[in-house]
Amino acid sequence: MGGAKEIMTNREIILGRIREALKIAAPHPAFHDEPGEASPLAVSPEKWLPPVAQSLDQQIELFQKNAEDLRAEFRACANVSEVAQHLKTLASAGGWKKIGRHSGELTDAVARELGLPEVLTDNGYAVNDLESCDAALTGCEALVAQTGSVMVSAPSAGGRALSVLPPHHIVLARRNQVVPDLSVALQRVQEKYQDKFPSMLSFISGPSRTGDIERILVLGAHGPKKLTILLLP
Amino acid sequence: MSIVKVLERLGHTVDYPEAQTCCGQPAFNSGYWDEARSMAERQMSIFRDAENVVIASGSCGAMVKVFYPELFHGLPQEAEAKTLAAKTFEFSEFLVNKLGVVDVGATFPGKATFHDGCHGLRELGVKKPPRQLLEKVKGLELAEMKEAETCCGFGGIFAVKFPMISTAMGEVKCASIAETGADFVISNDSSCLMQIRGVLDKQGKAVKTLHLAEVLAQT
Amino acid sequence: MSVQSKEFNESATRYTADLTHRGWIQKALAGYYVKRDEFRNRYQSWPEARKVAAEVKWEAVNHLDRYLEEFASKLEARGTKVFWAPSAKEAREYIVDVARQNKVRSIIKSKSMTAEEIHLNDALEEAGFEVVESDLGEYIVQLRQEPPYHLVFPAMHLTRKQISDLFHDKLGSEPTNNPEDLTMIARAVMRKKYCEADMGISGTNFAIAETGMISITENEGNARLTTSLPKIHVAIVGIEKILPKLSDLALFLPMLATAGAGQPITCYNTLYGGPRQPGEPDGPQEFHVVLLDNRRTELLADAEQRDALHCIRCGACLNVCPIFKNVGGHSYGTTYQGPIGSVITPHLRGLQEWKHLSSASSLCGACTEVCPVKINLHHHLLHNRRNAIHEHFSPFEKIFQQGMTFMMRHPGLYKFAAQMGRLAQPLQRLVSGTVLDPLRPWTKTRSFPSLAKKSFRQQWAERKKS
Repeated sequence: MGGAKEIMTNREIILGRIREALKIAAPHPAFHDEPGEASPLAVSPEKWLPPVAQSLDQQIELFQKNAEDLRAEFRACANVSEVAQHLKTLASAGGWKKIGRHSGELTDAVARELGLPEVLTDNGYAVNDLESCDAALTGCEALVAQTGSVMVSAPSAGGRALSVLPPHHIVLARRNQVVPDLSVALQRVQEKYQDKFPSMLSFISGPSRTGDIERILVLGAHGPKKLTILLLP
Repeated sequence: MSIVKVLERLGHTVDYPEAQTCCGQPAFNSGYWDEARSMAERQMSIFRDAENVVIASGSCGAMVKVFYPELFHGLPQEAEAKTLAAKTFEFSEFLVNKLGVVDVGATFPGKATFHDGCHGLRELGVKKPPRQLLEKVKGLELAEMKEAETCCGFGGIFAVKFPMISTAMGEVKCASIAETGADFVISNDSSCLMQIRGVLDKQGKAVKTLHLAEVLAQT
Repeated sequence: MSVQSKEFNESATRYTADLTHRGWIQKALAGYYVKRDEFRNRYQSWPEARKVAAEVKWEAVNHLDRYLEEFASKLEARGTKVFWAPSAKEAREYIVDVARQNKVRSIIKSKSMTAEEIHLNDALEEAGFEVVESDLGEYIVQLRQEPPYHLVFPAMHLTRKQISDLFHDKLGSEPTNNPEDLTMIARAVMRKKYCEADMGISGTNFAIAETGMISITENEGNARLTTSLPKIHVAIVGIEKILPKLSDLALFLPMLATAGAGQPITCYNTLYGGPRQPGEPDGPQEFHVVLLDNRRTELLADAEQRDALHCIRCGACLNVCPIFKNVGGHSYGTTYQGPIGSVITPHLRGLQEWKHLSSASSLCGACTEVCPVKINLHHHLLHNRRNAIHEHFSPFEKIFQQGMTFMMRHPGLYKFAAQMGRLAQPLQRLVSGTVLDPLRPWTKTRSFPSLAKKSFRQQWAERKKS
């Protein structure tokens, strides 16, 4: 004797609909030469995306060009002191009273020389404290030459909000963090974290912006109005 | 007639099977594919023995070359549809790509701009041939308009089903024509020309509309 | 004619006659075309990139069950709650429930067309929650209580003066005609909201199966803030948003930006893989992902049009569509505007009620030409038209079509009709443009040509004789 009819879960309903729908094959993209070929991506997209040169120096040059086109500020610095010096200039021009940052080899060293009151995010923070910071000092996962992007993650940039809440974001990076394109950047984090991914990864390409009003570009919509990237050897 | 004149001037024999009527596009576009198939079948049989089929209009050309195979997909007539599609050409495409001719010995003094009919442009990929032909026309100055590739708004049944949108699109096209200062607007699609003429007349503009073949037929 | 069809015609009639609107939209898009072309030209091959993108989406959509399962299980493994919503109703109910259970007081939202589609804001507000749109364009149309005009640029139809008046009216701010000042007004309002909100709701641009992450593309940073500070993050994801691999983003993030906004890449592209993980200083304690079907599986079942589910919601097709540019986004009367909207709305909301969107097109094909994932958009409009007729046709129209077919199969009749037309033309001229004129839809706004004195056939026949 049959048992009571099982009530399908929502998941089963949707998957059931999908499986039913997929019983009929859809034609492969029309331009495809051999119909019914196996998994499509024999060719990786790098061949078609904007080209990136091979050498690290050329990549740094490309990164700088792209980042500056995006209205970010980029500077190569010889050492931590030079970085701190530049930040002191920015701090005085911007009237900084307080910065937000996380702990790390570079951020510790720079902050020490900078000597401003700070909010450390490492063990949590009060939102209003962070909100009233004038600048944020973070590290990063990578600098992407092809797009002029900074890749950050929760561990490398002091959490989720630090790199987006204060109005001026300062990124500290080393030369060996420069990668040619988004593919390599994503590969690197996959290798680094394996299954234990940070809960947030972000590509930052320039200061925050909007074109919502008459399609006119305005910087500093909700995220930082200024982005400064400082590269150390 | 201009197409006939040009082809004969180039030394070719032109035949016009008088039994032909309509390619079936209006029915097809309205969703009446059975009726379209009925008309298409008849057209296919009429042109069965033709060596090459030349069409004045990009839209009719697209119907035969692109949509006949789709109409008969999976049906016994599919092979015949594909055969006809392979030997059918829009007029400028025929001259330049099939016959390899760009100079047809035409003379037409004046300043003109060219309107790309959408079917010819996007379904058949015809962009360069008309311009290559017009370049060789003696005395003709060709000025490209900004909205050359923008739809004129005809679209067949669309023009009478949604006349307000169709007219607005026609007006955008005519404004772009006016911007070039051209005295003539040339196209490879007669339906587009009818639409553009219709709007220009309503606006009281003196710009003349001409089919590409009419220009090429002038000596 | 459905109610929706009537409303479309009324709205289209108004907008197409509005020359200010026409000029404004042309101006708004002019810069986009230039930038789009500039950045497309940087690709080693944009056409090849499109092919790869089309292939990836084909793979994703045609193995959707497998990838969705992978996506869900990877997310759940890291503490995310995944809710499968067969329709809009379940999705709304679930999200309202999450808000209630957590005694949420204020909700901040980042832009999501999927949330628009299910009328999420209305449901939350009815349940007593305050919902604020954080994206500038969405915030503006929220204050105006109107739907977004364009799926990527919700407020592109408004001038700065209109926005200034709006802010002055609703927020009490000083009038200004400086876009930067206006943006700063919204920024100040939002900063408070980010810090206070206990729930953040976002959409999703891509759902990565391989690593169990959602990817959000934006320029303003409002989505990042919406998902960083509140203690709950709810992300709503259409099931078709799947990409198989993390590396696929290397192609899709730039293409989305270039096709959609004329940018090489948007300002923020962020991946979220779970709630706050051990050791992380901030982030939501709870992360919910709502997977939405809402009739997408019906479109999936239509193998001929299945590729419409490849859409990455870039808006490129809207930006080139002459119908969109002349009737405006609001005329569509539904969440998804432009060519993609005209293709999918009949599937998602009913063919007979929405088939008019597929008819309101000259089939110029500009949409298909620009689609980064090569959806056969304008041909699908034809398919919708055919499907609509198969389901239901007006007897009058059917008779007309059959009559035309009969005439075309009998050239003698065709010639006769053409000759009658010639004779009738002087009569038509007398009533041209008036209600008596059978050609009125044309002649009201355009001249109708005189039929040639001698048809081509007659000329040809004469030639043969001589």
